[in-house]
Amino acid sequence: MNERIKKLREQSLNAKPTISPERARIVTEAYRSPEVQRASYPMQRALVFKALMEKKAIFIDEGELIVGERGPAHKATPTYPEVCCHSLEDLETLNSRPKTSYAVDEETFQLYREEIIPFWRGRSMRDRIFAEMTPEWKAAYEAGIFTEFMEQRAPGHTVLGDKIYKKGLLDIKKDIEESLSKLDFYNDPEAWDKKEELEAMAICAEALITYARRHAELARELAAREKDPQRKKELEKIAATCEWVPAHAPRDFWEALQYYWFVHVGVTTEYNTWDSFNPGRLDQHLYPFYKKGLEEGTLTQEQAKELLEAFWVKFNNQPAPPKVGVTAEESGTYTDFALINVGGLKPDGRDGANELSYLILDVIEEMRLLQPSSMVQISAKNPDSLLLRALKIVRTGFGQPSIFNTDAIVQELVRQGKTVEDARKGGASGCVEAGAFGNEAYILTGYFNLPKVFEITLNNGVDPRSGKKIGLETGDPRNFKTFDELMQAFEKQMRYFIDVKIRGNNVIEKLYATYLPAPFLSLFIDDCIAKGKDYHNGGARYNTRYIQGVGLGSITDILASIKFNVYDQKIITMDELLQALRKNFEGYERLRDRFINKTPKYGNDDDYADDLARLVFDMYFRMIDGRPTVCGGTYRINLLPTTVHVYFGKVTGATADGRKAGEPLSEGISPVQGMDRKGPTAVIKSVGKLDHIKTGGTLLNQKFTPQLLAEEEGLVKLKDLIRSYFKLMGHHIQFNVVTAETLRDAQKHPEKYRDLIVRVAGYSDYFVDCAKELQDEIIRRTEHQGF
Amino acid sequence: MKGMIFDLKHYAVHDGPGIRVNVFFKGCPLHCLWCHNPEGISKKAELMLMPNRCARCGDCVRTCNYGALSQKSDGEVVADRSKCTLCGDCVKVCQREAIEIVGREVSVEEILNEVEKDRIFFDQSGGGVTLTGGEPLFQPELAEALIDSLHRRGIQVALDTSGYASEEIFLRLARKSDLVLFDLKVMDNTKHREHTGVTNELILKNLKAIDDSSGPPIWVRFPLIPGVNDDQKNLEQMAEFLVELKSVKMINVLPYHKGGVEKFHRLGRDGEFKVYEPPSQERVDSVMNFFRAKGFKVKQGG
Repeated sequence: MNERIKKLREQSLNAKPTISPERARIVTEAYRSPEVQRASYPMQRALVFKALMEKKAIFIDEGELIVGERGPAHKATPTYPEVCCHSLEDLETLNSRPKTSYAVDEETFQLYREEIIPFWRGRSMRDRIFAEMTPEWKAAYEAGIFTEFMEQRAPGHTVLGDKIYKKGLLDIKKDIEESLSKLDFYNDPEAWDKKEELEAMAICAEALITYARRHAELARELAAREKDPQRKKELEKIAATCEWVPAHAPRDFWEALQYYWFVHVGVTTEYNTWDSFNPGRLDQHLYPFYKKGLEEGTLTQEQAKELLEAFWVKFNNQPAPPKVGVTAEESGTYTDFALINVGGLKPDGRDGANELSYLILDVIEEMRLLQPSSMVQISAKNPDSLLLRALKIVRTGFGQPSIFNTDAIVQELVRQGKTVEDARKGGASGCVEAGAFGNEAYILTGYFNLPKVFEITLNNGVDPRSGKKIGLETGDPRNFKTFDELMQAFEKQMRYFIDVKIRGNNVIEKLYATYLPAPFLSLFIDDCIAKGKDYHNGGARYNTRYIQGVGLGSITDILASIKFNVYDQKIITMDELLQALRKNFEGYERLRDRFINKTPKYGNDDDYADDLARLVFDMYFRMIDGRPTVCGGTYRINLLPTTVHVYFGKVTGATADGRKAGEPLSEGISPVQGMDRKGPTAVIKSVGKLDHIKTGGTLLNQKFTPQLLAEEEGLVKLKDLIRSYFKLMGHHIQFNVVTAETLRDAQKHPEKYRDLIVRVAGYSDYFVDCAKELQDEIIRRTEHQGF
Repeated sequence: MKGMIFDLKHYAVHDGPGIRVNVFFKGCPLHCLWCHNPEGISKKAELMLMPNRCARCGDCVRTCNYGALSQKSDGEVVADRSKCTLCGDCVKVCQREAIEIVGREVSVEEILNEVEKDRIFFDQSGGGVTLTGGEPLFQPELAEALIDSLHRRGIQVALDTSGYASEEIFLRLARKSDLVLFDLKVMDNTKHREHTGVTNELILKNLKAIDDSSGPPIWVRFPLIPGVNDDQKNLEQMAEFLVELKSVKMINVLPYHKGGVEKFHRLGRDGEFKVYEPPSQERVDSVMNFFRAKGFKVKQGG
């Protein structure tokens, strides 16, 4: 890392997240203007976007090579009142909460008090959503049966393909004109809607060009004043770059990165998209520019690395938009989930790893930043050297990169109906979510609490926490003669809550498609322009909506315990079990010990438990997969938690696996924390029994102590462990390489461990920023250590 | 065919190439004072108490029909093993796995079923099964039947042995194995007897014999015990002996650690063993460098 990058990195690490009122102000002003008020909804959004691109403050910091930022300063984080209008209490919470806080100044409070709240209260999408939801939905939501991703953030979750490396926005505008010219106003009842949408897109394209040119002007001004001849040249190059991209297709490595970055700023300014917008297959996209630069002598490896590192810093300067309430609980982190993909396959199916893949891995290792997150895609066709290089970074213990199975991802996407080429151009984003990059809207709609649904089943439709009846009366479990009867009741209850969730989803999908389209994002995701349809309205080539199952390990162990102790061994009756659970095992300590120690557990390659995991998995799959969404998409499942397993645990009472009330649930598809007692091969065998291909992503966390990976040989064996998992068609695996002792010490002395990054669940986070419960849980996850 | 084992360990990565499953045979003709797996010495099943897991509930004491268990004033459970019949009632009643009967009679079939679970890892990593213990050659019928069955299924076998067995048994089984992990403790015969309970003539003779017969590759495993075998004289003698053997592909230096001490206590056999001070890393490095200088490939750990 050279001096410049060191400085930029330090600056980024030291910057404190703040709330910037700028976006809220510009957006509110724009919505007040008569021009916006009388426009169609897509046009409203285009005019608002234009106002943002023309008016928001810009700056170029000392030493920067890649320019443009979402807020007026590093980590100055905008708000999105049209989506979620924060109350003054929300702002106070953001300002003062101990974890993931954002400083809020008096000016912001005043603006919110006087302008933002009066205008948006009752009109923001969040208010509309809660007004539209049924009492059944609200009861389930409040009980913690499921969460709702779009209550505070706009649908997003897509990744860019290779389009911007081939087309400038002026080329894209030509595509828009062509699409407009083909509109059939005589026979197509949607022709006018399409016209409005396409014209809105064109305005957005022009707006980003304007935004880039403002940077070009600023760079020229700075260059004129600059004394240092070296920096002067750089600023002139920045000016020329911003003049050229994004209007035109990039010609070199630098322009390619800068173009992407402008698009990133545009997308994250248009909305607070959930999870992940990012360049995706960066080594594939940039390789032609890299190769050409080296061949022509216009680029050195050093320069390429410096530019990449400057690019990395930009991601780290943008914390996730602020979250409150349940959304903050389910995703309590500053990270905004950009996940750079390295390796994998070329569209024609050949090994895609190239020189740049290795260079990017060097960058990841040197930068050690929270954002962007990174992953390697490993196909059977990729060389071991790529995986080993990645594991050498994993060994340093900051949770990156995570490891994905390309061959599984391709199969998953093809099963969902993508062409094999589109599947190979895809990858994973967010935490672990498989997607076709550049042409799919794959939107996560919320987490689904499997153990809680079972708790409601055990209580015949009543939530014991509140005493309210929120589910179906599926029968008093004390009357069930067989385990099958219990499972049938569980299935009925689950179907009920899935239906409640989907009904809510369908309304929310329609609300966004109608009132808050995304014409800017639609420019970049095929086939929005060809169809004349918005990204929020089924414009993408592929449209997928996910409901993410949570607590598979917990529900499996719960079912295994009841099957084993109540029905097979008849150690206790259902009545006794219910009492023990109600009393949170007080007075039932021996029984709890039995549930923990002498009952079959998922994660130990024991079919008794693992078969139940498959049973629940299949049930969940059948209830969701293939159902249509209202804007032309399809529902699918995946299994990942971000941090919601902690929140879902808080709202779930004691469970039959020996878990006490309020403790976290298992995360992803990992076994319950500490219950995998036969080592990593048994874990892999157990989770490998699930049919990952039927999902759009599963998440497996493993923890290793550094000693096990110190030697080359240990690393090779880890490589073989991963390759074996991928032969079983596992989707993803990630590692924490840190000792429990270190983590305990970090809990006691957070000041000494500011930089300790751990893998949480599909992403990494600063350990000291994690909630206490989450910290405890990470410590409890089994440490695998050989002897 | 049945035999006595005390554990099956998955993801064993320090006892031969690749990812392996270790089968721990129960029973060993040696009694090394530093033993890391003391539960492997007796051929019989034994009662093992794990006080760190114990809830001090006393259920086991109340359930025992033979008066073999009692609780100290602080609640810790202690066993009078002379009264214990290994009936297993206490194990059943304990909900914390704080009492175990270590050692179980298993058939070759049962071992194979467990081992088969990890085949995908063997295939990927070039791993297999390691017979260890205890001393696998102390139950030659089980060891041989297991090696044959594993080979029929195409699974590689490593034999981890002290070399203390009749030449006939040793040669037959070692030759059948794909790799021999040969423990070499100390060259001086008196010292050997003093610290392991047996002399080393047979051991050295067997090592020489398997080498002469062009058997499988051998990794010599050298437990480094300060004050017992880390002196220059012993190192010189070992090197001198090993340098002649063409099958020896590597020396694994295994530094003494106190992992066995807790187990002596769990078995109620503290008095039978000795506790040493583990060697410093500098000392381990210098021993490894000594063997390296003599032309051996050396690795710390297995």
